[in-house]
Amino acid sequence: MADLQATPAVTGLPVTLGGVSLSLIDPAPVTSVAPYPGADPDPALSALGLRFPAPGDVSGQGAVRLAWAGREMAFLIGAPAPDGLDKQAALSDQSGGWVWVRLAGGGARDVLARLTPLDLRESGLPVGGAARAQLGHMQALILRPLPDAYEIAVFRSMSGTLVHEITEAMRSVCARANM
Amino acid sequence: MSQSHRIPGKGLIDRQRPVRFTFDGKSFEGFAGDTLASALLANGQRLIARSFKYHRPRGVMTAGSEDPSALVEVLEGDQQTPNVRATVQELYAGLRAQSQNRWPSLRHDLLAVNDLMAPFFSAGFYYKTFMWPRAFWEKLYEPAIRRAAGLGSLSGKHDEARYEKAFAFCDVLVIGAGPAGLMAALTAGRAGAEVILAEEDSRLGGRLLGDQPALDDRPAMDWIAQVLEELRALTNVRLMPRTTVTGAYDGGTYGALERVGLHLADPGDLPRECFWRIATRRAILCAGALERPIAHPDNDRPGVMMASGVRSYANRHGVNPGRVVLFSNNDSGLETARALTASGIEVVAYVDPRDIPVTEDFPVYARAQVVGTSGRLGLKSVQIAHRGGTSHVAARTLGLAGGWNPSVHLTCHLNGRPRWSEDLAAFVPGDGAVPGLSVAGAAGGVFSTAACLAGGVRVARAVLADLGLRAPDLAVPAAEDAPYAISPLWAVDAGGRAWLDFANDVTTKDVKLAAQEGFASVEHMKRYTTQGMAPDQGKNSNVGALAVLADVTGQGIAQTGTTTFRPPFVPVSIAALGAGARGHGFAPRRLLTSDARSRAMGAPMIEAGLWYRPSYYPRDGEIGWRAACDREVRTVRTCVGVTEVGTLGKIDVQGPDAGQFLDLLYTNMMSTLKPGRVRYGLMLREDGHVMDDGTCARLGPDHFLITTTTAAAGLVMRHMDFVHQAFCANLNVRFISATESWAQFAIAGPRARAVLDSLCDLPDLPFMGCTDLRIGGVPGRIFRISFSGEKGYELAVPTRYGAALFDRLLDAAEAIGGCAYGMEALNVLRIEKGFITHTEIHGRVSADDVGMGRMVSAKKDCIGKAASQRPGFTEPGRAQLVGLVPCDLGDSLSAGAHLYNEGAPATRENHQGYVTSVGPSPTLGHWLGLGFVVNGRARIGEVIRLDDGLRDKKVPVRITDPVFFDPEGGRMRG
Repeated sequence: MADLQATPAVTGLPVTLGGVSLSLIDPAPVTSVAPYPGADPDPALSALGLRFPAPGDVSGQGAVRLAWAGREMAFLIGAPAPDGLDKQAALSDQSGGWVWVRLAGGGARDVLARLTPLDLRESGLPVGGAARAQLGHMQALILRPLPDAYEIAVFRSMSGTLVHEITEAMRSVCARANM
Repeated sequence: MSQSHRIPGKGLIDRQRPVRFTFDGKSFEGFAGDTLASALLANGQRLIARSFKYHRPRGVMTAGSEDPSALVEVLEGDQQTPNVRATVQELYAGLRAQSQNRWPSLRHDLLAVNDLMAPFFSAGFYYKTFMWPRAFWEKLYEPAIRRAAGLGSLSGKHDEARYEKAFAFCDVLVIGAGPAGLMAALTAGRAGAEVILAEEDSRLGGRLLGDQPALDDRPAMDWIAQVLEELRALTNVRLMPRTTVTGAYDGGTYGALERVGLHLADPGDLPRECFWRIATRRAILCAGALERPIAHPDNDRPGVMMASGVRSYANRHGVNPGRVVLFSNNDSGLETARALTASGIEVVAYVDPRDIPVTEDFPVYARAQVVGTSGRLGLKSVQIAHRGGTSHVAARTLGLAGGWNPSVHLTCHLNGRPRWSEDLAAFVPGDGAVPGLSVAGAAGGVFSTAACLAGGVRVARAVLADLGLRAPDLAVPAAEDAPYAISPLWAVDAGGRAWLDFANDVTTKDVKLAAQEGFASVEHMKRYTTQGMAPDQGKNSNVGALAVLADVTGQGIAQTGTTTFRPPFVPVSIAALGAGARGHGFAPRRLLTSDARSRAMGAPMIEAGLWYRPSYYPRDGEIGWRAACDREVRTVRTCVGVTEVGTLGKIDVQGPDAGQFLDLLYTNMMSTLKPGRVRYGLMLREDGHVMDDGTCARLGPDHFLITTTTAAAGLVMRHMDFVHQAFCANLNVRFISATESWAQFAIAGPRARAVLDSLCDLPDLPFMGCTDLRIGGVPGRIFRISFSGEKGYELAVPTRYGAALFDRLLDAAEAIGGCAYGMEALNVLRIEKGFITHTEIHGRVSADDVGMGRMVSAKKDCIGKAASQRPGFTEPGRAQLVGLVPCDLGDSLSAGAHLYNEGAPATRENHQGYVTSVGPSPTLGHWLGLGFVVNGRARIGEVIRLDDGLRDKKVPVRITDPVFFDPEGGRMRG
């Protein structure tokens, strides 16, 4: 049988409105890393130049990162799990389970402020930080790699709702900017 | 003449920008900067509304959001917004407004007949009158009352306009931008705190806009402009005009309603309103104070206003009130008379019950009271009782100045009670009523401009010190600092009706009557008279009404107390609270990987939790669900069917103690499962009832993958987190949802293997076996499990390949005579096999009730086991899962019906059980049902009556084993 072709999680992106853009990104592979009690994942992670992040933190800055993603859980983004990590932590492939979008531009924070109850100030979600939060009615993982850029992941099946909610908020923010 | 009542050159309106609008279909002109109220007043239009109960003519009473009377309907396209306060609605070109609660017109309202009937409509009238006969209430009285009374009307169409919700965070939230608020925001802003300054009005300045005093010998407007320039330059300060803070909540959270696009002719994509949730470390309430009326006979005519309102409209909007009488019991009212006179407005009488000197530039009636007014649709004259007798003074406007009520509302939202101040004759905020909320300015009972300015700085400095921020030095401008002298006068007792609550038509007599009839507590009086229950929530009447009540009961005002102030401070539209939640916005839509293909095939969708699943796949010539369902079931039983089952919850469980953990979760043993094998499992809740069922596959020694039902996926995940954290945190186990990581498809039917053989190298897999495999170049997993009772597989690939795999599977199946099948067929297939879903395990059944008592392992403990052994679970008489077959095989069955013995009436006492699932079985040629019957397993073969009261259907049915088809399971094992 011929190879199966991947289908993008959502179509119609990127969208740009008033200096804010929403685009689909694919940071695959994504692997959940949940260290076993008492285990030390850092020696294995050091092969990627990473360490297990504290709550709200992201280890690494480039394409390969380890982002805190919940209680005793982080998502390894952009690289397969290094050798030996499976002895220290439960690993589960999450590459296809989430849709990832990037919201960027001067008004990105204002757009997100319409959707999530997170404190988006520097003190609440600093550059290089990660947060689990509600976004609309969805549970999301939100990363802030740059001052005016956010990477947002929700369950892949909800990708249409995610894009709809964010673009609606973008419309409102754009209209306010033009007020 | 257009704008006949403007004072030339006066006001903060833009006379270069005339704005046309209509009221009740008549065209008017105002200016940019007007509210609807000020524009109507400028055009001499005093009659604006009819009152709620008696349909009395009413006009504008205040210049703020508290106005009880000037409620109108605003029309925009299909949008019809009732109860808009004309004092808040800003004017824009093309604004269309109309009066409400009148018929046929505002001037000639036939329902004003209610006013003539007023002697009969006393407090508690409905409660006393419409008691009998009982049946008349719903059929006659209520509809008639609803027609006669009420406020605005709705369009009856969906509100499809844009609304918005948003969140904000700050260090200091300043509520109100009057003199105290501006100084507080400036102080906190200069100190570097993150500040939000929320102001209800479209312009910042508060009373400074209406009073326009001199600050540092300069016009107040110059000072405001200078402060705003600095605040706008501070990046740590956010100004939020048109934003009313509506409620104080726990943890420093405040609700606020912003009017975003309601003031624009063409708002474009702007939302109408935005509901903000503002979380702040500290808040400073600078909401000012509201002037209150004095209850005197006929004090509700159009033209009777608060003195501060008269002053605001004159100073801010250049509205000429005509000949003015002021009735005041305090120095603030006297000051208003002086200010109006100074600006050229004709004050024809200043009436004050106090013995004040008569040395003003206008006629002063000391030790006098207003005892009546005249003018049916607008004030014509005022009747003044004074030492020399009674005078009738012709006037167009009567300004009432009964004193000031600090806006204590927000301080009471967490159950705090305000404190009565004898000096001010007003309630002031209680200390520390809302944690983190301080009060400055008039809201705290400080009424001079100088004291408000200084108070804003002082309170802000204290707040900043509390936050560990250094407060800068700030010069406070010099301003008037007159003491506030008041001699309380709540009501003038001169016969006739003296109005307290203008919105709900409550008079002093009503309050007295309530007390006489035993409703003497302030909360009882409120409900008996409806005082304070209108859109203004008693802002104009609460204190006056309880003062009258206190007078009747002989208790002091402090002892009488206030009713409870609750959020919201101003009316908040439900649309703003629920912004974005209309239609599909109500909940996320979860779509399967096969969604697009299924829709292209014409499959109607059915919701399962948040998921949309195909109901059936109609083919040409098939009408309705039944034909497609029958075909799909037959195809699965005779050939092969394909359906996506990725909605089932999947939880990846790993760790050395994973088996032990699953043993605790499931009633049966999972730790003994061999790698590469799958076992069916049942979970109980802690209370012993069945929570969920599913499969558990062992992928490796320390690696399991469990499935849950679609609807219970989140519930089971939460349950697992709880069990792990609360009961066995010592276990070395980790788990995460993998539901969305895999697209999974059932391939079911005797030709299932042929479909898979055409697509991949399918290993020999025993029934309830599982293994990894590669398909189409991607890694997948295959499980030999069956929910149809046929030989079946479930094939999983990473989600991104799901759509492509579904296409291949479907093409391969169709090539050999197979088809896609939907939820209807899936349901019939599982009913034929007696497989349960959440219609059976609905939360009130035990494992034994569904015939799985033996699945609760005797060898180990599990969650819910102890509770499931309580007497109520084991005693005879419980309803047990059975099959149901119509005695006449041509009859259909209906789910939700109840079961009774033949001949027994359908009453609770005779209840024998209920039907949970039904389906037409093409395999067996008749309808099948599953249900619960008392002692059902011992009654197989009995005939019982299915009684569906909703569909008026009675069908004799025979009780059978719940497994109708292939009870040995040879087909799925083979």
